[in-house]
Amino acid sequence: MRPRRLERVIELALLLSAVLSVLTTAGIIIVLAVETFEFLRAVPLVEFLTGTEWTPLFASPRFGVLPLIAGTVLVSAIAMAVALPMGLLSAIYLSEYAPEPLRRVVKPVLEILAGVPTVVYGYFALMFVTPLLQRVFPQMAGFNALSPGIVMGIMILPLVSSLAEDAMRAVPSGLREGAYALGATKMQTALQVVVPAALSGITAAFILAVSRAVGETMIVAIAAGQQPRLTASPFVPLETMTAYIVQVSLGDTPQGTLEYRTIFAVGMLLFLMTFALNLASTWLRERFREEYS
Amino acid sequence: MKRRADLAFRVLATGTLIVALITLAALVLDVLADGAGRLSWRFLTSLASRRPEDAGIYHALAGSVWVIVITAALALPLGVAAAIYLEEYGTNSRLARFIEINIANLAAVPSIIYGLLGLGVFVRFMGMGRSVMAGACTLALLALPVVILSTREALRTVPKSIREGSYALGATKWQTIWHQVLPVAVPGILTGLILSLSRAIGETAPLITIGALTYIPFAPDGVWSPFTVLPIQIFNWVSRPQAAFKENAAAGILVLLALLLMMNAAAVFLRDRFQRQGRS
Repeated sequence: MRPRRLERVIELALLLSAVLSVLTTAGIIIVLAVETFEFLRAVPLVEFLTGTEWTPLFASPRFGVLPLIAGTVLVSAIAMAVALPMGLLSAIYLSEYAPEPLRRVVKPVLEILAGVPTVVYGYFALMFVTPLLQRVFPQMAGFNALSPGIVMGIMILPLVSSLAEDAMRAVPSGLREGAYALGATKMQTALQVVVPAALSGITAAFILAVSRAVGETMIVAIAAGQQPRLTASPFVPLETMTAYIVQVSLGDTPQGTLEYRTIFAVGMLLFLMTFALNLASTWLRERFREEYS
Repeated sequence: MKRRADLAFRVLATGTLIVALITLAALVLDVLADGAGRLSWRFLTSLASRRPEDAGIYHALAGSVWVIVITAALALPLGVAAAIYLEEYGTNSRLARFIEINIANLAAVPSIIYGLLGLGVFVRFMGMGRSVMAGACTLALLALPVVILSTREALRTVPKSIREGSYALGATKWQTIWHQVLPVAVPGILTGLILSLSRAIGETAPLITIGALTYIPFAPDGVWSPFTVLPIQIFNWVSRPQAAFKENAAAGILVLLALLLMMNAAAVFLRDRFQRQGRS
């Protein structure tokens, strides 16, 4: 009887550890929701979501989050403009063309690229890429959206590449052989058979990459500036949602004030955006798995 | 014509990979060129200073080691326990499925959100303050999904025959897991742990959010001590206008990259041993 009971206790302890992850999610939602609720009691939701001025630290504060969203979207769009085509191309190459020895060299390099800490990428963007770009675009400011966007794209490239490659490798080889039998070249097979067949898996990879870009913090905090600004110009300083949270955390804003609560409200918005993207990505991946199993 | 398009495509794709390689090389060379001159024993053993030429990273390095060791102590047992439950006990139950989806989602939550969670729960609600402990708890939650996933993979590679042999000798489920399955899975689990820690050691945003200090002239002396870590010190130096501090930042990056390289080498070593073991 004794060992039986011990077994039950152990199973319960293991279950509790697993449930910790659910508690983490609950904790995130509760912490963000409580502070956001307090924030919204002082600032109407409509003003928060549609206001075009974000100056919470000024004497006459304005709480329109649109400039932060615009900054986030602009930098993420630049990152995706780099990561999508490059990631897809390298995935096609690795999955359909590259001989095994080359794959064994390239994949670890991509892994290293994904493992470099983001603060290092931030330094690289500010100290290397920005001066380089300024030679091409002399009107570009020292802080801007273009340089961190490009560097972020390179950082996300391995994620896009490896997930898209996984999706393409899961396409049954019968489809490829059928295409070859009809006289298609390797490129035609890759672009017109394999990529469409793996499309939902590839899309899932893209969406996950967008989520990464939206939530990326240190590169933009270092190289994009700290000026919330509603702009589409990649050459001027701006501020993203994540960089704003860092900016306030670095300062000595007293706890419990409205300024302090802004970071939770912005965090809530960020969480909802990335959560929706992650769910969409998971859903697409599941659907893709069903197609070929 | 068709052949030419095929060739062009091949060149384009190879070019993409070369661009990625060049970027990595440029990054490393740029940091080396900027920071190698500042690296010295004195840089490693000096504390923060307002004068760039006197400033070192001892306090930040010590802070990083403190935080990472405690993060590992928290994430390893919790992650392994959760993985054992999902892999050995809760298979197919609806709760286990829900937990799995939840973990997959958590793995994609931006790290700065974990910082806000740590600020709300550990720093304020639990009253840990801006301490090493609060930082380690936050990073442990961040590292858990990866530890769980890699542990599950390691458990899955343990042959079924080992379990059946143990059951046949009358061992209970837990005795089988503890005495037979876990020892075989250890190298795989450790590899995953080291990889997740090497990500945690480079994390900056969540620790800034929970309020780790950016200027601190001493090393932590316990788990309740205030602290800073290497990436935050680097960020602090990058944000200063003086060129001399940027040099310090580059030197700090070199130290951070060296640390990462050592951790990854350890992981590769373990993985190698693991694979050889599995084959024999």
